[in-house]
Amino acid sequence: MALIADYLAQGGHMLVLLLLAPLLTGWVRTLKAQLLRRRGPSLLQPYRDLFKLLRKEVVLADSASWLFRVAPYLIFAALWVAAALVPSFASGLPFSWTADLIAIVALLGTARFFLALAGLDVGTSFGGIGSSREMMIASLAEPAMLMMVFTLSLLAGTTELSAVARFMLTAEVGLRISLALALLALIMVAIAENARIPVDNPATHLELTMVHEAMVLEYSGRHLALIELAASLKLLLYLSLLICIFAPWGMASVGEGPGAYLVGLAAYLVKLAVGGFLLALFETGIAKMRVFRVDQFLGAALMLGLLGTLLLFVTRSL
Amino acid sequence: MPLLPVLLSLPVVLLAVGVFAVAAARQPGCSRLVYGLTLAIAMTALGLALAQLLAAPAPATLTLPLGLPWLGAHFRLDALSAFFLIVVNLGGVVASLFALGHYGQHEPEPERVLPFYPAFLASMNLVLLADDAFTFLFAWEFMSLSSWALVMAHHRESATARAGYLYLVMACFGTLALLLAFGLLAGPSGGYDFATIRAGALTPELAALALVLVLLGTGSKAGLVPLHVWLPLAHPAAPSHVSALMSGVMTKVAVYGFIRITFDLLGEPVWWWGGLVLALGGISAVLGVLYALMQQDLKRLLAYSTVENIGIIFIGLGLALAFQGNQMEAGAALALTAALLHAFNHSLFKSLLFLGAGAVLTATGERNMERLGGLIRGMPWTALAFLIGAAAIAALPPLNGFVSEWLTFQAILVSPELPQWLLKFLVPAVGALLALSAALAAACFVKAFGITFLGRPRSPAAAQARETDCYALTALFALAALCLLAGILPGLVVDGLAPVVGLLNGDARLIAQHDQPWLTLVPLVEVKSTYNGLLVLLFMALSGTVAVFLIHRLASNAVRRGPAWDCGFADANPAFQYTASSFSQPIRRVFGSVVFQAREQIFMPPPGDSRPARLEVKWRDPVWERVYAPLAAAVTAVSGRCNSLQYLTIRRYLRLVFGVLVLLLLGIVLWR
Repeated sequence: MALIADYLAQGGHMLVLLLLAPLLTGWVRTLKAQLLRRRGPSLLQPYRDLFKLLRKEVVLADSASWLFRVAPYLIFAALWVAAALVPSFASGLPFSWTADLIAIVALLGTARFFLALAGLDVGTSFGGIGSSREMMIASLAEPAMLMMVFTLSLLAGTTELSAVARFMLTAEVGLRISLALALLALIMVAIAENARIPVDNPATHLELTMVHEAMVLEYSGRHLALIELAASLKLLLYLSLLICIFAPWGMASVGEGPGAYLVGLAAYLVKLAVGGFLLALFETGIAKMRVFRVDQFLGAALMLGLLGTLLLFVTRSL
Repeated sequence: MPLLPVLLSLPVVLLAVGVFAVAAARQPGCSRLVYGLTLAIAMTALGLALAQLLAAPAPATLTLPLGLPWLGAHFRLDALSAFFLIVVNLGGVVASLFALGHYGQHEPEPERVLPFYPAFLASMNLVLLADDAFTFLFAWEFMSLSSWALVMAHHRESATARAGYLYLVMACFGTLALLLAFGLLAGPSGGYDFATIRAGALTPELAALALVLVLLGTGSKAGLVPLHVWLPLAHPAAPSHVSALMSGVMTKVAVYGFIRITFDLLGEPVWWWGGLVLALGGISAVLGVLYALMQQDLKRLLAYSTVENIGIIFIGLGLALAFQGNQMEAGAALALTAALLHAFNHSLFKSLLFLGAGAVLTATGERNMERLGGLIRGMPWTALAFLIGAAAIAALPPLNGFVSEWLTFQAILVSPELPQWLLKFLVPAVGALLALSAALAAACFVKAFGITFLGRPRSPAAAQARETDCYALTALFALAALCLLAGILPGLVVDGLAPVVGLLNGDARLIAQHDQPWLTLVPLVEVKSTYNGLLVLLFMALSGTVAVFLIHRLASNAVRRGPAWDCGFADANPAFQYTASSFSQPIRRVFGSVVFQAREQIFMPPPGDSRPARLEVKWRDPVWERVYAPLAAAVTAVSGRCNSLQYLTIRRYLRLVFGVLVLLLLGIVLWR
């Protein structure tokens, strides 16, 4: 019976993520609009967009191959699985040991690999520009993220995320320089990986500096819907990651029953809302940078992550 | 039944096949016969080696009255040689299968390939079975020379001659270093069989010198930076199934040589050995993949990526040495498992990718990615297999490349326990280099697959490419299936490696993986990090299928074809696509401007001038310019000076001889 409840919690976690992802995107968009004194779209607009796209036919370029049609499903599946591995309202769900943080980073890599290939598939100049820049950004963002993982796992003694979250709830964590460096590195990576300002602009289609939108320019219909949903899931994943590592308060442990789950869910939603607000505030207050400044931005993230790891190799008390 | 005599007779049969091929190479059907026989022999050897590794009996030895009269030829079959026999013969099986098809039949000069191919395979088998220094070096040199002959198979191509010359020089240098290393190991008593060497002990200084010599000898064959220069020239020059063997398998024989001598013969390691090997591995990993990103030649890109993967293997080996030097057996077991698993995995996906490149070469006659593109339409199955190989080498879950990199990361994460300060700084830095090389490898293989197989054809040959034959496809998909299986069932492979790790690590090994729930990979019990490729695959398949089903059932499944959108400016000319060099331009600007001093120059004609604008990219090879060019200049200068010694008069020659004699006698007197 307890096992069934645990599996239900796991399934509920996956569904909650899927349903919440467009809402988070809508929340950030609305906030950004209101910060600019515009009325902005409704919170539910991303859902309407998704449903509209799902019902439309797909217009495929003549030169598109089977990979172009398979890629959206693969990207969506990889990102959904990756997002499901990050605890939201409860830690220690039945399949949380399937993959650790390193594997989550690598699953994001799988999604990016196929997205970049899809960008090259039709054989257009915009697709190529997006793919090649995305891989350049990833070549710095992924090691920075892994260094952050190193820092965490040296502290927590494991790379498994549920165990890390539980460790961060204990008193022995305290305030540490290495954690501050890891937090900074993770935020910088999250901004770059989610194609947010100042690295990329999620709201543009007609700029030579665009990266993510250039890759998906040829997508339409249900394929585009899946790509958009996957992008929303990725934003949710990174926010969940930040929450579960650096603000795990209120998170339930598996087997504590529906009451604790509801409390955990409420806490999670509040933290997501705050996170989304901070993101919108940050994005409104900063200008986009040139493409070849991004390497310095992410190089700094990599160095911060490495510094955190080095500190912990020297002494466990920092 | 004792397996060692059977395994020893197989290389002899292979050599006989080679001799037969010398006589019959031009006969019709000979190539099919030769490859069929090598396939059968390699298959037998593979089965026997697998049986040996799984049964894990005591090591078997055999002495034959061959070789040096006072030494004899010693052979030994233990878990380590059995594991590498599996790697070698698996490569041999798929390469022979590939060559059975169209590729092997249309060799322009079969007499330059057919005799040497079985000999090459035989020599690699012999290296792994050798149990004394003479047999080892003999087989090693035979391996170098037979592979050199195969590199020179297409000797009329201009680049091949240079590649072959450089390979020969580096191979001789490597063997010389190994010869000196064995001399040190054998000591003044001259006990050249491995059992005597194992029993003896060297002073720390001599052991350190021997380690450096072994690193030079095996590192030059494996392609460690800065000894890699011959590899990206020689591996692509050979016929593709030989390239697969050289890159996927022969580099592993070099890794075997390093492991055999360092972990088995050299005695108790010192911690700084690990530091040295780690640093070399980290540099090789990053430089290798950066070089690979700069390439436009598909096979050369693959060869440089071999340098990267050898670096990853040596990172694992260096960690293992550092742990062993500090008596931390659990960490050493983890690092060794990671290194051996990566060696196995790399042999799978690198053979797959080289064979795929061979299929592309047969179909289009092109290795230059700037003239390929769009092959996924003409060659969908080759493309699928190549895609699996590319995803595996880019360390993407749920494939096998990720598992070995994950284990290496886990080994790095237990290393803060290492007491030495140098290692405390070096290990995280190497971890960062490893993470960087993994991310760059993903970019590199997006480029390799995306530019070659996706987009629109950049030349008529690419547009008319047709699917390769069924032999080649069988070989490709066998390897792709193994990549997937080793990725989702890594616990079983790790269990297979356990006897090898136990042999090298004082019987300390990882816990048995096959009785973990859901076949999860659990490297260390106290560190609760786990990975389960099977479940990751299942979940991805499930969510992907559910998405497909729901969307096609409930929403829309209509498709309309139309011209590409491209922001309203879709030019039909395929030159408007991104090319291999433009794809790597951002990375070239970020990393290449530092490492390779890459510079871009734009030549813009003045207004009114109708000449086209030109973009010129210049980059320099730091290793070649800093190490090899001065070395070559010094050798040339010295030999120029010595040249005059050839034209002396008889009086001067006599004076020279007399002078040398006096010097030597003086030397003896002083030494006494």
